[in-house]
Amino acid sequence: MRTISAAEITAAVARLCIRANTVLPADVAAALDRCRQSEPWPLAQETLGLLQGNLVQAKERDLPICQDTGMACVFVELGQEVHVAGNFEEAIHQGVRRGYGEGYLRKSIVVDPLRRVNTEDNTPASITVRIVPGDRCAVTVAPKGFGSENMSRLAMLKPADGVEGVKRFVVDTVRLAGPNPCPPTVLGVGIGGSFDKAAALAKHALLRPLDEPNPDPFYAALEGELLEEINSLGIGPQGFGGKTTCLGLAIETAPTHVAGLPVAVNVSCHVTRRATEVL
Amino acid sequence: MQHRLTTPVRRKDLAPLRAGDTVLLSGTVYTARDAAHKRMMELLDGGKPLPFPVGGSALYYVGPTPERPGEVIGSAGPTTSGRMDAYSPRLLDLGQAVMIGKGARNQTVKDAVVRNGAVYLAALGGAGALMAASVKELEVICWEDLGCEAVRRLEVEDMPLTVILDAHGGDLYESGPAAYLAGLEKKSEGEQP
Repeated sequence: MRTISAAEITAAVARLCIRANTVLPADVAAALDRCRQSEPWPLAQETLGLLQGNLVQAKERDLPICQDTGMACVFVELGQEVHVAGNFEEAIHQGVRRGYGEGYLRKSIVVDPLRRVNTEDNTPASITVRIVPGDRCAVTVAPKGFGSENMSRLAMLKPADGVEGVKRFVVDTVRLAGPNPCPPTVLGVGIGGSFDKAAALAKHALLRPLDEPNPDPFYAALEGELLEEINSLGIGPQGFGGKTTCLGLAIETAPTHVAGLPVAVNVSCHVTRRATEVL
Repeated sequence: MQHRLTTPVRRKDLAPLRAGDTVLLSGTVYTARDAAHKRMMELLDGGKPLPFPVGGSALYYVGPTPERPGEVIGSAGPTTSGRMDAYSPRLLDLGQAVMIGKGARNQTVKDAVVRNGAVYLAALGGAGALMAASVKELEVICWEDLGCEAVRRLEVEDMPLTVILDAHGGDLYESGPAAYLAGLEKKSEGEQP
């Protein structure tokens, strides 16, 4: 049994909130660059260049890449040999409180969905914990902006709808979103499980680096087909028209019921943020 | 085509703008998002004046990150404008001339833009650090309790914007993708033997 203190977790979460919001993951920045180089429409290419310029400005001026510094989605893979000394969940909330304060990040969380009073410190975090073998604790902070979150959709399809039904739903989601989610987007697609599981899979899919296809060749091919279809819609960067509507797409799946085919699409933007530390 | 504009703007200043043109905007710009718009409607319902002169004004839908000590503003890109659709026509009818945000507007807003000779301009979504560079002054003018949603007066210089809705019914979110797709079609026809 290895002991990790609540204070260590708090410090890591605080650092990760700041890092995730100021430095884009290398795979997302590389995808942006690759898409700019292969973008055939001049206005779209210029727009992608401006988005790259924003990354430079953020770094040089120590500013968040986007003003929507998001809801702090925190994913923890906790080794079963680890004992956390102190209050585990409170340690994470405290880390978010500290990171969003010290990093001059925006506080975007309201305490109640209908009465809407701001919590003033961006807490609570949205925490997802998975118990895994080992004595490590991997913490990922993935701040999620709501311009794109609001364009996400879930459907309980019929098994007869099959792969064509899933494709239609994903592509329709992108078409309906149009310019709203700050394209070029990143898409997390969850297929299977139950109503809630499909959404959780879609969210988790956004954590996968864009240069890593699904390990199952069937789903890797489906990811490629969907990406090609989405990038022929013409929406383009910022919705001004062009090829680059989506930077990358990841599918995650789970066993499901004989009667169901749940599918969820979690839409994210060109500022798809995540940062990880292993304690 | 690129235009330079300074607020407050007149209807005739906006008439030459066409969807797809770029604008470098200077002068005073007020910020307001969902909560501030809701309160502005309550003021109007109560027969009270708005917190800023609305004639010829520009409203930027933004909730910036907190500014560091010694800095004018934090990161300051646009939020999704569609959430303001319920409120914008009333403000446009009162003389607001420029809306700045990102994302699609509904038909009621499009009609109000044409009716009033106004424009809807896009700032670069997700490019908060870049957009912040054009802001030279910031003052919270009311509803400080709304935090990032408080109404701020910004003085901007050459803020880079793109015309989405023009006063003549143009909409770049329709014409931009259509032009790209038409270009593709033309290209593939040209490749036929």
